[in-house]
Amino acid sequence: MQLTETSAVDLVEGLQAGRWTAVEVARSFLERISGKDPEIGAFLQVHADAALEQAERIDARRATGKSVGKLAGLPLSLKDVLCTRSQPTTCGSRMLENFQPPFDATSVAKLRDADAVFLGKVNMDEFAMGSSCENSAFQATRNPWNLECIPGGSSGGSAACVAAGMAPISIGSDTGGSVRQPAALCGVTGLKPTYGRISRYGLVAFASSLDQIGPVGTSVRDVALLLEVLAGHDPLDSTSIDAPVPPYSQTVEQPLKNLTLGIAKEHFESGLDGDVESAVREALRVYESLGATIKEVSLPHAPHAVGTYYIIACCECSSNLARYDGVHYGHRTDVSQMLAEGGNSNDDLTPLERMYCRSRAEGFGPEVKRRIMLGTYALSAGYYDAYYLQALKVRRLIRQDFDKAFEEVDLLVGPVMPTAAYKLGEKVEDPLSMYLSDLFTVSANLTGQPAISVPCGFTSGGLPIGLHLQAPPMEEERLLRGAWMFQNATDWHQRRPQ
Amino acid sequence: MSLSREAVTKVALLARLELTPEELDSITSQLGQIVDYVQQLSSVDTEGVEPMAHAMEQHNVFRADEVRPSLPREEALANAPRHNDEYYRVPAVLGD
Repeated sequence: MQLTETSAVDLVEGLQAGRWTAVEVARSFLERISGKDPEIGAFLQVHADAALEQAERIDARRATGKSVGKLAGLPLSLKDVLCTRSQPTTCGSRMLENFQPPFDATSVAKLRDADAVFLGKVNMDEFAMGSSCENSAFQATRNPWNLECIPGGSSGGSAACVAAGMAPISIGSDTGGSVRQPAALCGVTGLKPTYGRISRYGLVAFASSLDQIGPVGTSVRDVALLLEVLAGHDPLDSTSIDAPVPPYSQTVEQPLKNLTLGIAKEHFESGLDGDVESAVREALRVYESLGATIKEVSLPHAPHAVGTYYIIACCECSSNLARYDGVHYGHRTDVSQMLAEGGNSNDDLTPLERMYCRSRAEGFGPEVKRRIMLGTYALSAGYYDAYYLQALKVRRLIRQDFDKAFEEVDLLVGPVMPTAAYKLGEKVEDPLSMYLSDLFTVSANLTGQPAISVPCGFTSGGLPIGLHLQAPPMEEERLLRGAWMFQNATDWHQRRPQ
Repeated sequence: MSLSREAVTKVALLARLELTPEELDSITSQLGQIVDYVQQLSSVDTEGVEPMAHAMEQHNVFRADEVRPSLPREEALANAPRHNDEYYRVPAVLGD
């Protein structure tokens, strides 16, 4: 078996056992990137030299018997939303094209301490806003299963690079499904932990009450190992949860006994693609064969999840992205040219205000502008109560639906996406229809509960389908064990694109 | 309920976004569709429901109020589009 087809857990184990070196592993993935990425477009930057140097140092330490970190020699990629000290962190935006953070995100620092090897930064929808990776200001990323299709988003680069064997692991972020949806569309495993499980320090903010970092890998065992390294309280993020981190990688292979799975009838109503529904129903039969009981539950506010999500996410984004003013960092318009042009439609603005308006107009792409506009509108005088406050109230009703469901069942199971991957360009002009496809994933961000996407089959056209499992807040251990039971009984996650 | 071009122009000013006439047209129509869609939330009975601002509701997270090293000035200024080694520079705010 090739190193690029080996799981993260097995790579780490082989490194410890001396079956291969960190340099050999890094070189295999870098070669794969050189050969494959020109057609996929997952990487925004490849740090080949730095990765090899890092791998050499780890090998040298191991050879001389010095202690090494838990992931020593494991290569991985980072979504370009995670701050990396003195290396570009673009967020897929012209606004941050030349931004080099003066610090590492806490998650990046933890991976460094664990001696993971950084292969590079991967593509994403601008500021993590989008479901197809087409909102990146720099390049399109293609689905390794069909190059005419989108990889999903916003962590499209993460899912595509893992599916194409260019990295065994990638770290993404999930605000409304941005880890789970691309994982489903690319046939890999993606975890969104409980809100606050992983520190958000150094994760460039989109919607702060919803954002959460999550790993993408080829199996549940792999994402369990990464969660174990990334999770934990961080004094630099006051919303990070101060609770012990269970040894996920040690318990993941223990099947759950007397498992009761819930299916929400709202998840099988109109709009669900036939192939997706059959694959999910087949997955339920697999669970039944493993002794699980399936129980129907109701999530009466589910039809309002997308509306609630987009109001809250856009309000928070309009506030968070107000920091991009062309003053402290990020793009600034050519001020002398602006002044030379003289007056415009905003005649009564000062030159400083015009600089803000024009810098932001030039630095942000269409989807980011749309969301800032929607959020600004919903927060503006006269609309705040009707939109933002109402959305926060419906958010609690949605959470109560889930709390009630989890009194009866251990995990909720359903589809990740109503369809498989669509063609590039198909939905670019129709933002609302793109938003509506997030209907199954956004609730976990509104409620804070952990959720995972695991491969569960293919469409007749050969595109991957994802199974969505959700657990109550802080129950990652249950979620991972339940998801592993399915992977242990199936081989969908071992399929690779040609 | 669709949005007027004037309302969208006002929102663009609040959001500090200079939009071209073409952008204003497309955003007016797209925002109108999205606002019409999210309007459905008004049909939900939320009488007596507390707003939920955060997923894991935590309150009053304190740390010790101690002096700590902060970002050195040169690092804080390193990404600025314009600076004079001490301050960020911007176009004149007050008269000439």
